[in-house]
Amino acid sequence: MRRLLWPSVALALVIAYPLLFSTPFQQRLGALVLLYAIAASAWNIVGGYAGQVSVGHVVFFGCGAYAAMGAYAHFAWSPLVGIPVGIVVSVAIAAVIGVPTLRLSGHYFSMATIAVAELVRLIVSNTDYLGAGVGLSGPTVPRNVFDLSFISALPYYYLFLTVLVVTLGITWWMADSRMGFYLRAIRDSERAARSLGAPASRVKLYAFMLSAGLTSVAGTLYATMFGFVDPDSGFGILISVKMLIMAALGGAGLLFGPLVGAAILVPLEEISNNLLGGKGAGLTFVVYGAIIVLIARFQPGGILTLIKRVADKRGRRSENTGATGATHAP
Amino acid sequence: MSSILVQVIVGGLLLGAVYALFSSGLTLIWGMMNIVNFAHGDFVMLGMYVAYVVWALFGAGPAIGVPVAALLLATLGIIVYFALIRSIMKGPMLAQILGTFGLALLLRYSAFWWFGANYLSLPENIVGGTFDVYGIRIQASRLLAGVVALAVTGGLHILLTRTTLGSKMLAVAEDSSAAQLMGIRPDSMQAIAWAIAAGVTGIAGALIATFFYVVPTVGETLGIVAFVTVSLGGFGSVPGALVAGLLIGVIESLSAYWIGAVYKDIVVYSLFLCFLWFRPQGLMGKS
Repeated sequence: MRRLLWPSVALALVIAYPLLFSTPFQQRLGALVLLYAIAASAWNIVGGYAGQVSVGHVVFFGCGAYAAMGAYAHFAWSPLVGIPVGIVVSVAIAAVIGVPTLRLSGHYFSMATIAVAELVRLIVSNTDYLGAGVGLSGPTVPRNVFDLSFISALPYYYLFLTVLVVTLGITWWMADSRMGFYLRAIRDSERAARSLGAPASRVKLYAFMLSAGLTSVAGTLYATMFGFVDPDSGFGILISVKMLIMAALGGAGLLFGPLVGAAILVPLEEISNNLLGGKGAGLTFVVYGAIIVLIARFQPGGILTLIKRVADKRGRRSENTGATGATHAP
Repeated sequence: MSSILVQVIVGGLLLGAVYALFSSGLTLIWGMMNIVNFAHGDFVMLGMYVAYVVWALFGAGPAIGVPVAALLLATLGIIVYFALIRSIMKGPMLAQILGTFGLALLLRYSAFWWFGANYLSLPENIVGGTFDVYGIRIQASRLLAGVVALAVTGGLHILLTRTTLGSKMLAVAEDSSAAQLMGIRPDSMQAIAWAIAAGVTGIAGALIATFFYVVPTVGETLGIVAFVTVSLGGFGSVPGALVAGLLIGVIESLSAYWIGAVYKDIVVYSLFLCFLWFRPQGLMGKS
């Protein structure tokens, strides 16, 4: 039972957060943390567990966001329609990018995803049907609850929390399945995994498609909360960067890594934007870049790995002090 | 062929030579160390800013700007190698990609923070005006950039294939522990490779600045162009990068002329994806 104690306390705190911190700014901050945690967790499936670093995940995010706003702008449907539409389009795009590039070394995959992200952004910026440079807007006045247009951030908080729990549940289930074992084997040594019979290309592709679909849901949720999407907020490369850095900072390939990363970086960005205004945007990304470089250089496993290592070391030390009498200890 | 079409193709070739120049730096590092420098385009961007600053402070043109940019960027390359690359190249793939990608962000947004998002440019006549050759109008700045870029790319190829230093570098690329047994220090060779790779981006950037506006985000587009060039030309091949660079320059110019300037990047990126599907080893690579 003790094993479940801390997770339940953490979950209770997360559920109670918007009631404990109830100013609009704090609630909005909480909702944003959860939203980015969803996107970063989705990225984590392919970037962390499979070790295939996608820098173009914003494509799927944008598909979800544009599907939601497009459904409203062109057909007056609920933005919720964006969820299935976005997933279908994203998974199809993932297959088109993934089939050729996942056969090659990881660098190709990263480069191809950047190129696709830029390609899609350029195409969308020049397509009038998708609002070209201006973008698309959602309902200004909500018609019913299915428009998901609320003034308070509270409903968004619990909506995002539900989706995050589902995303993490799927990730956990995947990581524990045969596919999860294959993915970890591939990440550590693809050649070894292949020689032992792991269907590497296929499993990587499945992970990429799963990750794409979930990222698209995050995009839909983003668009419903902000009520509009334009080429920069939907397909800007910096959104990919945020997913990547949050997962890597917390711990890529760990279930709660992206959530920890989002809980650190989203407040950092919101507060620095509030303090410095528009001028802060450039500085925020200087800091982001520096953080990424430092993680890569010193701690590629992220914060959670670091904490775990420190805890292990301490645990071993206390074991050693407890066992001083036993001279025959190995 | 109409003279306008010839002019478009010549313009594309001149621009393509500059693409070939900075892409040959990327291909050198990739071929030698199997590392992709995601900050490569941002190195070019820094070269452009160096040329701009040299002009703004001293009023000097590319004759000063190009060597200064080459030296500064080469120094940056060595620093980056020892501070970052040397340790991440032994690490997992995630660390390799994150490391140079983070560097790209750091450089891009430092430039943004320092210089602002404004479009800066050198005076149009810094290299001289435009002249006519058999009815083809060529800007002197573009001609200078193309010719210098061709010469430097050719020089780099000769350096790699005809000199002792080049042989040592290729030996490290082939098998660094065997090279070490022969008395070659992989560390210094790799540092030199980074100096060269970053140095050529400095030259390319300072050349581009004579005819193109300078803005912090320009590195993103140029970085993708370098990826396309390198994967088209085959990894580690400078002649491959040259052919691919020229080809991409011409394709860009033609698509800008026929379809519209907005679509030139779309055409090049789509081409890149087609290549990944059908010929991932590049034009000149062996399957």
